[in-house]
Amino acid sequence: MSSEESAAASRLEGRDAAVRMRGISKSFDGVRVLTDVDFEVRRGEVHALAGGNGAGKSTLMKILQGVYSLDAGEIEIDGQPVQLSSIQDARAAGIGMVFQEFSLVPTLTVAQNISLGVEPLGRAGLIRDREAVRQARAVFAEMEVDVDPRAVVGDLGTAYWQLTEIAKALSQQARVLIMDEPTASLAKHEADALFELVGRLTQRGISVIYISHRMEEVYRIADRITILRDGRRLLTKPLTEVSPEEIVQGIVGKEIEGQMSYLQRNAYGDVGEPVLELRDVTAGPRVQGISFQVARGEIVGLAGLMGSGRTELARVLFGIDPIRSGSIVVRGVELRLQGPQDAIRAGIALIPEDRRAQGLILDHSVRENLTLPLLGRMRRGPLLDDRKGRALARGLIERFRVKVADPDRPVRRLSGGNQQKVVIAKWLGTDPQILVMDEPTAGVDIGTKNEILAAIRSLADQGMAVLMISSEYPELLAVSDRVVVLRDGRVHRQMDRAEIPDENHLQLVVQGA
Amino acid sequence: MSTTTGPGPGPTETSAPEVGARSLTGLLRGLDWRRYIIYIGFVVVFMVFAVTLGDRGFVSSNNLLNIFRQAATISIIAVGVTFVISCAEIDLSVGSVAGLASVCTAMAISNWGIVAGILAGLAVGVVVGAINGTLVSMLNIPSFLVTLGMLGMAAGVAQWITGSAPQPILDDTYNLIFGGGNFGPVPGLLVWMALFVALGTVVLAKTRFGRQVLATGGNRIAAEFSGVRTRRIKFQVMLLSAVVASVAGMLYAGRLESGRFQWGAGDELSAIAAVILGGTSLFGGYGTVIGTLFGSLMISLINNGLILAGLETSQQQVVRGAIIILAVALGRRK
Repeated sequence: MSSEESAAASRLEGRDAAVRMRGISKSFDGVRVLTDVDFEVRRGEVHALAGGNGAGKSTLMKILQGVYSLDAGEIEIDGQPVQLSSIQDARAAGIGMVFQEFSLVPTLTVAQNISLGVEPLGRAGLIRDREAVRQARAVFAEMEVDVDPRAVVGDLGTAYWQLTEIAKALSQQARVLIMDEPTASLAKHEADALFELVGRLTQRGISVIYISHRMEEVYRIADRITILRDGRRLLTKPLTEVSPEEIVQGIVGKEIEGQMSYLQRNAYGDVGEPVLELRDVTAGPRVQGISFQVARGEIVGLAGLMGSGRTELARVLFGIDPIRSGSIVVRGVELRLQGPQDAIRAGIALIPEDRRAQGLILDHSVRENLTLPLLGRMRRGPLLDDRKGRALARGLIERFRVKVADPDRPVRRLSGGNQQKVVIAKWLGTDPQILVMDEPTAGVDIGTKNEILAAIRSLADQGMAVLMISSEYPELLAVSDRVVVLRDGRVHRQMDRAEIPDENHLQLVVQGA
Repeated sequence: MSTTTGPGPGPTETSAPEVGARSLTGLLRGLDWRRYIIYIGFVVVFMVFAVTLGDRGFVSSNNLLNIFRQAATISIIAVGVTFVISCAEIDLSVGSVAGLASVCTAMAISNWGIVAGILAGLAVGVVVGAINGTLVSMLNIPSFLVTLGMLGMAAGVAQWITGSAPQPILDDTYNLIFGGGNFGPVPGLLVWMALFVALGTVVLAKTRFGRQVLATGGNRIAAEFSGVRTRRIKFQVMLLSAVVASVAGMLYAGRLESGRFQWGAGDELSAIAAVILGGTSLFGGYGTVIGTLFGSLMISLINNGLILAGLETSQQQVVRGAIIILAVALGRRK
């Protein structure tokens, strides 16, 4: 604790604790998830919370939000012991959550969402809409951001959703905000604006618990970091006293050797024949005459800003959206894609961007999810042979080292990283020749990310053509043999990996400087 | 900012007495009894009636057979509806499709004979199902609205073409096969019920189609991304439901030796209740045909018991409604 005392980065000197959790323990079905964890956030502090898959971050935060009860331990908020047995309790105690999957009603306006449940009522108990708008405007003014309270949430971009979430928490007098991967769906300038907002909030004594896998962000805005591993607290330190290597090692639990640096692979590279060839592919405003090739064994990174057409291109390649003109050629044969099943038949697999909405059926079991694209292989006559299904699933689980206690339990119960592994394993089961991945490491911890990157390399080594979309330049540069930069639905630049000295260079190209 | 452990015993000591309680709840949770609530409920209700109504002949083989017989047509309709609800759709038109099928079958038999009659009945299911399916899957109109409209249209057509008159069926072979007679010692209706339940169980749980129905109901987008043609699946479940309902209508016709537009009226609600009682998720993604069978047996059981108990029709409705709500509430998944 001595380092912590000394650290008390000048800003936090003498500040009281806003949240103090002591000796927190929690088990599910007899499995220990948290063991005697201490966690403290001071007033006006940004406290980063880090840890790998199943380290207990989410559980600890859900206890603080009143979603889970604790088996042992105590919680104090502003020095007062509290019992948080429901979300309402936590909210009343001043805990606000900015959800990773947003909790807004898309069909209501910004103001209606902010006042949801606490609508200002007039005489006769009718809602005073104008007052709600005024209140919303006041909160946004305090936050110093410009959002129209009368706009319908569904019409706004994700950055505005997030601002609305924050405004909603603040309007309910939240003094501690929990932010879980808040920048996951933001463009760079939006993330910058968010960091500035966080700075202003802490000035006003609001504390932020910041969960992120992105190291730069943590260093940029957090005062201290707590790392959990295997349900225990590993360390709490000011960021001025901890190195990135120490954090990574703390999360992963072992030294990781250069996964994030580019490895010259024994690639087929230029000798490989093009497996996938796009010729002047046009489909809608964001896919305007795109041409490039991906060779056997090659990993091509697809970079670009939000809205540059990366995801839209992936959808066209997988037959989800129709192609307007141009052609997609696989091994010299032009595809006529009517739907994803045609793409699958042509040997294309897509790891979609949003695993919860597009990749998985959360309430179905791990086994059912894994075998969904493989039902054709489980047939015995007209029936499905569940023994074959079980064997197929077991093989994929082992091959991709997915941590599952029981493949028959719902995939919802897995951590984010393991869910992502299930999505990837599901597609590898189809033995594709072309793998299209859209943000394959979004929201997974550094350990899983390294495993995924290593897997991508080894798949390419086995001859698969990989097209990888990523907004994280370090990982894009770590695996790509070539990078295609899209801008406004067109190919802006194509570069060999060797032409790109570092991520800053790539950043500049992407932003068009 | 010290983190000294607070006063009082450490967590290891406090956890000891809790272990027993926790492992017991853990065990209960592990059993996932909610999933089996319909079977538990069925047994409980059966026992209650057996004890209280034993002297009024509740447990006589004749009465038990009656319970099954009364459940038969609803179970068959409910098998089709299980697929629809598992796929996160709904079919409100099944009752009036059964009525229309009974009428068309009866009219075709009296004009052209038994084969034409059977084909006419099935044709009703195919045509109505194809219309429902097309509107739902191709035009993306919510199935609730499509089938609500079809409920009225099918009933209207049945009444219109018959001038509201019952259409007698004089073909004994037809009546014998379709629910009127016995196959050996077993009432024909029960054989039909067993056949549809068995087929439905296998198709939903053990075929590619069934798995794709559940996947589409569980998360349509993820299913589509996984190569499931979800439009086609939606079309197929609407078609299947209507065809199964038309067979149920033909069974009404055989048992009652006539076609009439009222046959099956209101059955959609009983069938939906049976499906939900049986544990199929109203939001799609999970469903079992065996559960549905027990759901409709449960409804039939309750009806039978309440009649034997001497309750009036009005009172029966109240008690039946309450039992259904209770069962669904207990079986609600967290």
